[in-house]
Amino acid sequence: MQLSLISLLDGLVYGMLLFMLASGLTLILSMMGVLNFAHASIYMLGAYFAYQISVWFGFWPAFVIAPILCGLIGAAIEVWGLRRAHHNGHVAELLFTFGLVFIIGRSVQMAWGMLPMPYHVPQSLDFPLFSIYGENFPAYRGFMLLVSAGMLCTIWLLLKKTRVGLIIQAALTHPDMVSALGHNVPRVFTIVFAGGSLLAGLAGVIAGNYFTTDSGMADAMGPIVFVVVIVGGLGSLAGCFIASIIMGMVQTFSVVIDYSLADALKPIGITLTNSDLLGEILTTPVSRIGPLVPYVLLILILLFRPRGLLGTRET
Amino acid sequence: MTSPVQMPEVRVRRPLQRRTFGFRIWPWLVTLAICIALPWVFYDWHHGRHSGFMLSMLSQMGMMVIFALSFNMLLGQAGLLSFCHSVLFGFGGYTTVHLLNAAGAGELPVPIELMPLLAGLSGLAFAIVIGFIATRQRSTAFAMITLGIVQLMTTAATMFHHFFGGEGGINTDRQIGISLFGLDYGSSTQVYYLIIAWMMIAAIAMYYHTGTPLGRMANACRDNHERAQFVGYDPKVVRFLQFALSGFFAGIGGGLFAITYEIVTFDAVAAPLAANALLMAYIGGATTFVGPVLGAILITALRSGVSLMSNSWLVYVGILFIGMVTFAPAGLTGIVLAHAPIARAGQLHRLWLSYLRLLVPSLLTLLGFVGMVELLSFLTIGAAQGKQLSLFGYPLDIASTAPWLAAMFCLVAGGWWLWYETDRVRLAWKDVVTALPRSGAAT
Repeated sequence: MQLSLISLLDGLVYGMLLFMLASGLTLILSMMGVLNFAHASIYMLGAYFAYQISVWFGFWPAFVIAPILCGLIGAAIEVWGLRRAHHNGHVAELLFTFGLVFIIGRSVQMAWGMLPMPYHVPQSLDFPLFSIYGENFPAYRGFMLLVSAGMLCTIWLLLKKTRVGLIIQAALTHPDMVSALGHNVPRVFTIVFAGGSLLAGLAGVIAGNYFTTDSGMADAMGPIVFVVVIVGGLGSLAGCFIASIIMGMVQTFSVVIDYSLADALKPIGITLTNSDLLGEILTTPVSRIGPLVPYVLLILILLFRPRGLLGTRET
Repeated sequence: MTSPVQMPEVRVRRPLQRRTFGFRIWPWLVTLAICIALPWVFYDWHHGRHSGFMLSMLSQMGMMVIFALSFNMLLGQAGLLSFCHSVLFGFGGYTTVHLLNAAGAGELPVPIELMPLLAGLSGLAFAIVIGFIATRQRSTAFAMITLGIVQLMTTAATMFHHFFGGEGGINTDRQIGISLFGLDYGSSTQVYYLIIAWMMIAAIAMYYHTGTPLGRMANACRDNHERAQFVGYDPKVVRFLQFALSGFFAGIGGGLFAITYEIVTFDAVAAPLAANALLMAYIGGATTFVGPVLGAILITALRSGVSLMSNSWLVYVGILFIGMVTFAPAGLTGIVLAHAPIARAGQLHRLWLSYLRLLVPSLLTLLGFVGMVELLSFLTIGAAQGKQLSLFGYPLDIASTAPWLAAMFCLVAGGWWLWYETDRVRLAWKDVVTALPRSGAAT
């Protein structure tokens, strides 16, 4: 019981973090049609910036400055890079972001070295918030939850209550019509790209010290975020949110389940041994097979429901 | 969303009637002769043996040529961006390792020369399974499914021990004692010639394939899949067949990989290898047949050469790639082909001078850029590895300001000069192109 309650909260924290990354990506993908491979790299940059600024000025300035820096980088990428590549078609844009992954990944290693950064949770948040059945819930996780909930409300308000939000919403589904009505769609693109990068940077700031800040964090996060975006469906932030929470829960709970598929077959009278490949797949406990689950889910979704959970159109 | 997998407009188009199923034989013979002669160019006459570094690099080039060409059957020919091509390659590799082990134990009387064929068949079989899932979709959805597949297979390969050997991979021994020509493949020279033989066979087969009705239909589905449907073809079937066939050739490459290195790990399945294929095909030029070959040779040479000297070769590849995507989407061969109409009109001499003037500023910019990147990387990574930066044998002190200033000066001055000269080239190009009898060749 204690296990599942804490796991539930952990899953929620992780899911919200995924949503912070995936929301930007889903907006970029559905509006601009660009599969932005560099999104997770921006997330990594956010963590590194936050570390560097927190060394100089402390955590709270970093919490504000690092995401803004990421947003500016995102805007620069859109204006000076993607817009040029756009003339050569969508595949060129995708490949452009793909090249950025190499450059950002290597530049980070060049600037900060290969070792993980000593980026720690700030002192003021390093205490147990409350405890359930003797297990502590750190205050920092509560803070992460608070930040991501705040972000959720902010973008909801921005999208629903402001004029820019209305145009963005319209451009999500009918980009050609929006530009035909005289709106400056390229500028909307820049805003969305910068905003998405800002959110990715923010996710990096609050996740960098919760997990570790090293040069592998982009590769670790990137594929999962893609899965979330596709499972959630294009053009739908609500679907993206649901998919993030599902994925957070799946990832958290699969770690604690110590049963395998073979155990489920036992009551029917089938006993399997670890003697061949199939047997090995079936007898490996779920806690070890967990990393496979998102990708299986992705393939199944794309096969049977290509538009995703709440998507408005096919990918 | 419109289709993201559209190939750029610059494209070689030969009239159909000139393109017959037979093809000119001499380019292939010349290629073969060069491949056979190459190891002897780098032969170490002083010690009376082959250069091991060059031989291993050439072998790798041979494999990568097959791999890049088979990848381009999807990207260039069918307009399908696949991220799981490494899975087909790696699967061929894993199968070959198991077959070699079986043959070594005397259970399988297959000569080593035919192992790549079996690897190709296993790649074909696996491509049929994956292709059945993936090719039901096209464009972005296809790319995303293949992204899921490659992650799935990489994770699975590190996790399971029976077929994949877990994180350590599986070892084998290529000296199985069964050979068509009585060779033992103990030396890497023999392996190199085996690779060359299979590379030529695979390349000729893939070239032949571009002229078959299936290859033509793949082009049609890439350019306009709705019209292809109206003509009466099912794009899904075309995609599926094309995917399966490219899996066959990727499998051959994987088989040669296993024979050469005698070990296959999850790296042969993982996404970075597929990314490599993408880099090769795109930088070389996905719109032509020779493009990926050129790209494979270039990238492999860069990889082996530059990574020996520098920590940061990925930065250079990334910059090269971004530059190509932005300014030359048809790749290196595309740049060359854009000059074809000008050369035909005999106007090429009007461009030489402005190209020549580009040389100095580009070298200067390159020097400044490489200098900055190297200095930066030596500040952190190099220091951690305890290396010393040296230029032409003289050690450089990275703590002093002089090298930084020099590199910065080269970068800024060279960049500014280059920008000025490219403007002039653009003008010259415009002049020449507008003076062509039939304008609008390329811009």
